[in-house]
Amino acid sequence: MSALTARAPAVFGFARLSTLLLYVASFAVALALATGLVTLTGHSMSETVVALYQGSLGDSISIATTMDETAPLLLVAIGATIAARAGIFNIGQEGQLLIGAMFGAAVGLSFSGPPWMMLPLILLGAAVGGALWAGIPALLFYWRKVDIVISTLLMVFLAGQVASFAVNRPYLLQETVEKGNVASPQSDLLPETAWLPPLANHPYLQMKAGIVVALIVAVIAAVLLKYSTWGFRLRMLGHNPVAARRAGVRATALGGGALLLSGAAAGMAGGVMLTGGVYRFQPGLADNVGWEGLLVALVARNHPLAAIPVALFFGGLRAGGGFLASSGVPRYLVSVVTALLVLAAVFPAAYQEIRKRRRPALAAAGA
Amino acid sequence: MNDIELILASAVRLMLPLAFAALGEWIAERAGTLNISVEAMMLGGAFTAIMGSTLTGSPSAGLAFGVATGLLVAFIHATFSHRLTVNTYVVGLTLNVLVLGLTSYLFTRTPGAQVDKLTIPVLSDLPIVGPALFDQRWPAYLLVLLIPAGWWLVHRSRWGLEARAAGENPQSADVTGIDVNKRRRQALLICGALAGLGGAYLSVAEVGSFNTNMTAGRGYIVIAAVIFGGWTLRGTLAGCALFGAADAMRLALPALGYALNPQLLIATPYLLALLAMTFFAKRNRGPGALGQPFVRGIT
Repeated sequence: MSALTARAPAVFGFARLSTLLLYVASFAVALALATGLVTLTGHSMSETVVALYQGSLGDSISIATTMDETAPLLLVAIGATIAARAGIFNIGQEGQLLIGAMFGAAVGLSFSGPPWMMLPLILLGAAVGGALWAGIPALLFYWRKVDIVISTLLMVFLAGQVASFAVNRPYLLQETVEKGNVASPQSDLLPETAWLPPLANHPYLQMKAGIVVALIVAVIAAVLLKYSTWGFRLRMLGHNPVAARRAGVRATALGGGALLLSGAAAGMAGGVMLTGGVYRFQPGLADNVGWEGLLVALVARNHPLAAIPVALFFGGLRAGGGFLASSGVPRYLVSVVTALLVLAAVFPAAYQEIRKRRRPALAAAGA
Repeated sequence: MNDIELILASAVRLMLPLAFAALGEWIAERAGTLNISVEAMMLGGAFTAIMGSTLTGSPSAGLAFGVATGLLVAFIHATFSHRLTVNTYVVGLTLNVLVLGLTSYLFTRTPGAQVDKLTIPVLSDLPIVGPALFDQRWPAYLLVLLIPAGWWLVHRSRWGLEARAAGENPQSADVTGIDVNKRRRQALLICGALAGLGGAYLSVAEVGSFNTNMTAGRGYIVIAAVIFGGWTLRGTLAGCALFGAADAMRLALPALGYALNPQLLIATPYLLALLAMTFFAKRNRGPGALGQPFVRGIT
């Protein structure tokens, strides 16, 4: 009861203000650390910020790059969110994304049919690939109770080797080259009909259609998670699995399904990266997007709509990182900044949770 | 040296950094933290060990730098996930991104340095096992002390009993008066020191220099070793030996004219860990509360 009385309106207003201050303070610390790092290594922070800005928002091309970087991050984050709502922590997106891209490439390179069908089929194939890769941990969990966090993590490294295997075998995905040339460990180039088109022929709409796909998926996920019976059951399963089971929720189908969906989203992110800019399958294609997408979901506190601005921000950082070299700052700075911002973003809520938990005890002791 | 001696020596060399870190990871996991940031601890340790030895001119002092860095990473991790209650995987992943970015950002090519070899007379002349076991860089022999010490700490000391209780059933441990999160923080710090030492061993002892992303996922192999070993120290070390051997074969076999699928050899640790968890689920049981945060009053 004391917890309830502690939340009187006046206190509430104060709490909101202190929350805001706490967020401001922790982001200030993160930025101060980044500034210190840049300055200590003999670079100028202002130049770095200008370079990051120009690379992410400076002109129409930069904006398009930011959007292209955002799309897969957002898709991965939506997937992570769906699994998290069911109380499942899937951390294998990096692998699911890679296998998704591999499936997408396999579909694209073996497809023969009407050209308009190609792109949707590649994205679908990518989603299926990601779902299959997430399906193995799901199967292991519901069959042998193998911990999902551990199995999805281990599957990331298996995915890397599966991809490497496929692109080193001419009968699988390795590129075909003219006789005498050495084939690289990568697939053939996808035909142009399989490339994601730009939104429009307008200078400010050059971004690939992938961002639209990602936004649509985000909105659908948000609506379904909030308003559908499925979303309700998912939340129930996540909050209290025992109660959910009593209420007739089938944990295997629902939880396993959520894990598959989250893999499918990561796989589709791989498909978007494949058709949106790389155009051929390479084992290094995932490029940490899986890990970073997971962090997006985390910073957005597992809310699909909140993931949109967060993904945009992270996408901007990735785009800006490509531009950093012009100012002489190694692009690895972007990883450092990303990690610091994530820590700054999770700190206030965790800190307040601890404070809140201590406060009722204090109040009880005082009364 | 014949082929077998060569592969065995290389296997032991590749296993040593894993063994330091795996000992630490085992302790942390027994206390209930599935510590993903072991990769960050190793990478940070490897980096600062080289920097430290350049700075002080002594590669042995570099090892101390490595330990300190591992401790620092562990301190951040412990503060976020066992003082605050941020999900431990999230903190671990973030720290991995942070340390990889930081070491790559700060990396400049340095002359490098390497600690001395300690060749044990007579024994190193033994056939087959001699060069592998008795002709290593001197920090390797620390394992002879650290492994029994780690085992004693976890299985025979009061601290170890409390730490294992914190990993197995934190609620019950809490009721008996054990400060669960404190034990977990301490276990994590031990893990940090050992993983930092493992990373430092990699750079200062085995290779003699640092490279961007030098550990290249060895931390995850360490995690796989603990899982493969069914959360026993014996099994964990066996896992390290096996994974070191797989790595050695991948490097040595092509040179010796044998063909074995390199992708399969790289995937061995992860594959075996998954299989061990799948098929020995009963015997291979991890700590009951592995990876779950502990908050008093929430069951």
